[in-house]
Amino acid sequence: MWPLKWKKREQEYRRERADFFQAVGRLDRRSFMKIAGTAGALAAAQSILPPHSFQLVDVVEAQTAEKPLFRFAYISDTHLYERTLNERFVKATLRAVQDINALDPQPDFVLFGGDLAQLGQPAELELGKEILREVKAPIKMMVGEHDWFLDMGERWREHFGQPQYSFDHKGIHFITLMSVNEKDFWTERKMTPMERMLTVAGLDNSLQSRFEVGDEGRAWLRRDLAKVPRTTPVVIFSHSPLYKYYEPWNFWTADADQVQAMLFPFRSVTVIHGHTHQMLTHRIRNIHFHGMLSTAWPWPYAPEGLPKLTVQMDRADPFDEADGTGDGTIDVYRGGYVDKNHNLWSRNPLTVSRAYLESWGRTNVPPAPEFKSY
Amino acid sequence: MINKSYKLVTLAAFALAAFMFSFSDRTGQAISPGAVSAVAQQNQPRHPEAKSDSGNLVVQLCDGKTSMEIDGVREGEVLTPEKAREVAAKMMAAVAAEQSRQTSKWTERDRLTWEREQKRVIEEGDKLFHDWKALGGTIGISCDMCHPNASNTHAETYPKFQTQIKKVVSIREMINWCIENPMEGKPLPLDDPRLIAVEAYMAAQRKGVPLDPGKH
Ligand code: HEC
Repeated sequence: MWPLKWKKREQEYRRERADFFQAVGRLDRRSFMKIAGTAGALAAAQSILPPHSFQLVDVVEAQTAEKPLFRFAYISDTHLYERTLNERFVKATLRAVQDINALDPQPDFVLFGGDLAQLGQPAELELGKEILREVKAPIKMMVGEHDWFLDMGERWREHFGQPQYSFDHKGIHFITLMSVNEKDFWTERKMTPMERMLTVAGLDNSLQSRFEVGDEGRAWLRRDLAKVPRTTPVVIFSHSPLYKYYEPWNFWTADADQVQAMLFPFRSVTVIHGHTHQMLTHRIRNIHFHGMLSTAWPWPYAPEGLPKLTVQMDRADPFDEADGTGDGTIDVYRGGYVDKNHNLWSRNPLTVSRAYLESWGRTNVPPAPEFKSY
Repeated sequence: MINKSYKLVTLAAFALAAFMFSFSDRTGQAISPGAVSAVAQQNQPRHPEAKSDSGNLVVQLCDGKTSMEIDGVREGEVLTPEKAREVAAKMMAAVAAEQSRQTSKWTERDRLTWEREQKRVIEEGDKLFHDWKALGGTIGISCDMCHPNASNTHAETYPKFQTQIKKVVSIREMINWCIENPMEGKPLPLDDPRLIAVEAYMAAQRKGVPLDPGKH
């Protein structure tokens, strides 16, 4: 009796497995739930239960029938010191460049998200430029406060041009904003340029002013947007989050409300920002916000103000220097909204989809972390 | 106005105790009360007379420390019975309040010293936390870069098991680990004042968070 019964079980298992892989390609939400259950059972049968099942991630993506219009990639917050002082951040930057160059097909372009240098020093900026030269796809540069406050952007502009510009790509209007201006806090305190730089570089000091696009920047933005039809999707790059997250650490843009008000009339707006070194997701009305990972180090979530739609990334393992860091890609769809793919170096890759944001977090919820910041 | 002169009381109590001790029952025989009171009267420290600069009457209790200046009654005048009752009630209430607490050996000066020293060490720790050179780092990164306001350092969860150190450790050992690893410096002796200062700073940032040793 026993061998027969065993045979039957084996056949059953093989059939289930075949069904599962066949079904992966053509799924609606309801059958996804069913298949997800089966996948779990299969994994259990083989006693290989990965922490987040790879199959399930694939299934979520397979669900999206619409193909993206195009893909771009990002590298952000590399915080380079001179190579002689710190190899660690150099290696991480090179790793990101390798990742991006290995993408097949290649992304349409690569956004550099700001904070190329740690202290705005000429040698740091040059090192960064040299490394980024290896990127095969065209690069769009954004400035960060670490690049700026030693010489107020002089060197950076020499290397990379104006920090604020716009361009059109495949029917989408892109704007790179200079969002890390600060009101003068240094003259009165008689700070040297390096003291000013070090003050801005620190998160938990109350000396510096808060980031802002500023009057001039907003006037420029108004002029730029005036040429854009309201139905054209807009994607904005800003180094600081274009909303108010946590003021004490300058996870903050002081005039964010005014900038958002200029963006509300458009049908679809996406903001991709750096600075916060963590997975960060937010939506205000028609504006979707996505944070980028840093290659250098992850930041803990702020003690308050975290946007509700943010699914945190798992707390980093201090014993693994690559954990919590990474790079990523962004799939842009015809309507303008994007899927944000976080390529966390020591974890499974993770997508925050436009469907998640469009449904205000009701569907396509990214997997929750094991450990939350506290 | 009710004054209390603690020093005097303490002195008086001390003198009395010393005095009683000299009469203690070394022979195992009862001491005649009469004999005690005769000597006691001689040695009894006298309360200094309570006076007011304003020339108002000052009433003093027999504890020698509680006194009260009576507004509107000059020294040498006699209180009316109602006024006397009111004054007595106030003074007895003050004594009752005083007796509801134990006397403390610690003065305001002690308290100020505790506070000042704690603050000094926390500030020192704050500086070290933001200064990679001072902690012996070698690659330009300091604690605050990854832990603004000491976030995610969780002082309240120590001692606890740390996977890579493979045992339950104090937070100082974990600070040392971070000095060695991300910062590529050398670990400090566990009683190094710099470690204590960094620990004090991190703990201060978590003031009020319930102790939860072992939480990860
Ligand atoms: C390059 C980034 C980095 C630097 C610099 C760094 N740490 Fe850490 N540290 C981490 C990460 C990441 C963790 C894990 C955080 C978590 O558990 O969420 C950690 C964990 C810790 C923990 C353990 C927290 C816990 O809950 O167990 C302590 C304590 C700590 N760090 C102290 C320090 C001190 C003190 C310094 C400076 C001497 C320092 N760290 C420098 C990244 C860093």
